[in-house]
Amino acid sequence: MGMTITEKILARHAGRNRVTPGELISARVDVVLANDITAPLAIKEFRKIGVKRVFDPDRVILVPDHFVPNKDIKSAEQAKEMREFAREQGLTNYFEVGRMGIEHCLLPEQGLVGPGDVVIGADSHTCTYGAVGAFATGVGSTDLAAAMALGETWFKVPASIKFVYEGELPAWVTGKDLILYTIGDIGVEGALYQAMEFTGPAIDNLSMDGRFTMANMAIEAGAKNGIIAPDQRTVDYVRGRVKRPYEVLASDPDAAYARVITYDVTKIEPQVAFPHSPDNTRPVSAAGNVEIDQVVIGSCTNGRMEDLRLAARVLARHRVHPNVRLIIIPGTQEIYRQALDEGLLGVFVRAGAAVSTPTCGPCLGGHMGVLAAGERAVATTNRNFVGRMGHPESEVYLANPAVAAASAVLGRIAHPGEVT
Amino acid sequence: MLLRGKAWTFGDNIDTDVIIPARYLNTSDPAELARHCMEDADREFARKVQPGDIIVGGANFGCGSSREHAPLAIKGAGVSCVIARTFARIFYRNAFNIGLPILECPAAVDGIRSGDQVEVDTASGRIKNLTTGAEFEAKPIPPFMQEIIAAGGLIEHVRRKFHLGEN
Repeated sequence: MGMTITEKILARHAGRNRVTPGELISARVDVVLANDITAPLAIKEFRKIGVKRVFDPDRVILVPDHFVPNKDIKSAEQAKEMREFAREQGLTNYFEVGRMGIEHCLLPEQGLVGPGDVVIGADSHTCTYGAVGAFATGVGSTDLAAAMALGETWFKVPASIKFVYEGELPAWVTGKDLILYTIGDIGVEGALYQAMEFTGPAIDNLSMDGRFTMANMAIEAGAKNGIIAPDQRTVDYVRGRVKRPYEVLASDPDAAYARVITYDVTKIEPQVAFPHSPDNTRPVSAAGNVEIDQVVIGSCTNGRMEDLRLAARVLARHRVHPNVRLIIIPGTQEIYRQALDEGLLGVFVRAGAAVSTPTCGPCLGGHMGVLAAGERAVATTNRNFVGRMGHPESEVYLANPAVAAASAVLGRIAHPGEVT
Repeated sequence: MLLRGKAWTFGDNIDTDVIIPARYLNTSDPAELARHCMEDADREFARKVQPGDIIVGGANFGCGSSREHAPLAIKGAGVSCVIARTFARIFYRNAFNIGLPILECPAAVDGIRSGDQVEVDTASGRIKNLTTGAEFEAKPIPPFMQEIIAAGGLIEHVRRKFHLGEN
């Protein structure tokens, strides 16, 4: 019996020839990551352990991204605590405001995660790095503190679900729509404790940015990790970025899967997840007349170049609807610069959008676009739970950047075909 | 450990944003977090919950964000134990790591109503509804997790690995 890519990566990091689903293993980690919300707790726990230094100052990565630029005094204190710890430990990968990015956009861009890696992060969307063929999963601050000291952690080896996406993507259908459609199909606990392995011709043809979006939202189906076996596109992406040795792995043809689910993507429309769950999806054509107050384009899910280009394509020669605030947040400083050079920021500003420095901000109702009671937002983010973007009586509708941009122009949930 | 308290029931997919909204994540002080525990699901909960009370959730309890502030808020509010049909995986780890006992038991979830008095034996996994007299058996805690609990939580477990002994 062969192994899945997830099992192979875990086996190699556990010093084993093979592992099987359900087994508990202790595994070496290549990278551990925390942000300004989760790091302060992890640092507190790390200090309790009593060791002086982290296991490797090159592999413990701290990124202030959630409540920065500091939104209030308490957030400033948390960011300061993390910054001081990074200095004290001589961490090579601490990224300051003005040079940083949303962690899950930043780490792959900077080549800090590579194929075959095991990555844990005190952030649930750490699963994003599955897009480069890494095993990556979110943990809490205490697990992270232990790994900061040990350079290892324990895992239960997950069973894998294989998703096969057949066919060519229709116009305006993106990685976001594939993952929303999938979550809508299997539900928010459809992959609980399991690995989601994305395969098939539509994935082969999907851009890296689209793949990041898909792996990013695996957690919204309850998955431990999402993963896409590296191909030439992946190797082209990581070459020149990842400075460490990395290993390109693939699932064996006779690997065992808990389930195999096949979708014909030619039948998938742009999707919208209605409040208050990412699995409450429907095609945009079935959205009805939903008037909106705000649109957010950005986040670790959809804050990359392709997302901004897609939004600009829709917004060019249009103005944001008078009743709508459009907030656009490039995922990293590098993406911000590239969007500037490509003229995208000009398109956004002329359309009447507010463009921000990178931050998670509004996605989790932190700052930079918090909603009032009764307000509705279309967002390219990942969660639309009660109170996620602000008041518990506000509503978030999840969509791709083209749908979000079209909705900003028309003041209601709209298909991009309606404005271009 | 024998725990006894009043049950507070919640539905399926109780996410960590509901358990502790991100607007309160500019601190990691359990007492402060506890004041807003479950706020977006039940505004009265934090004010009315009594030490020892037990949360009974449905499927996928603790889904969403990895924030450890969620089990910390629950523990800080005095809740002694969470029983659910299933737990989201990051929450599951976090709860053990910070010393909040949690048990998976679908039968207990079906057999406990809000306000019932409940007794939980964390060692055996036996759950009693003292109001109705019904008894349930929870899934035993995996051996690996028992080791961490025996060490007094994950951090003590790591201290032992480094042979750092007691403080």
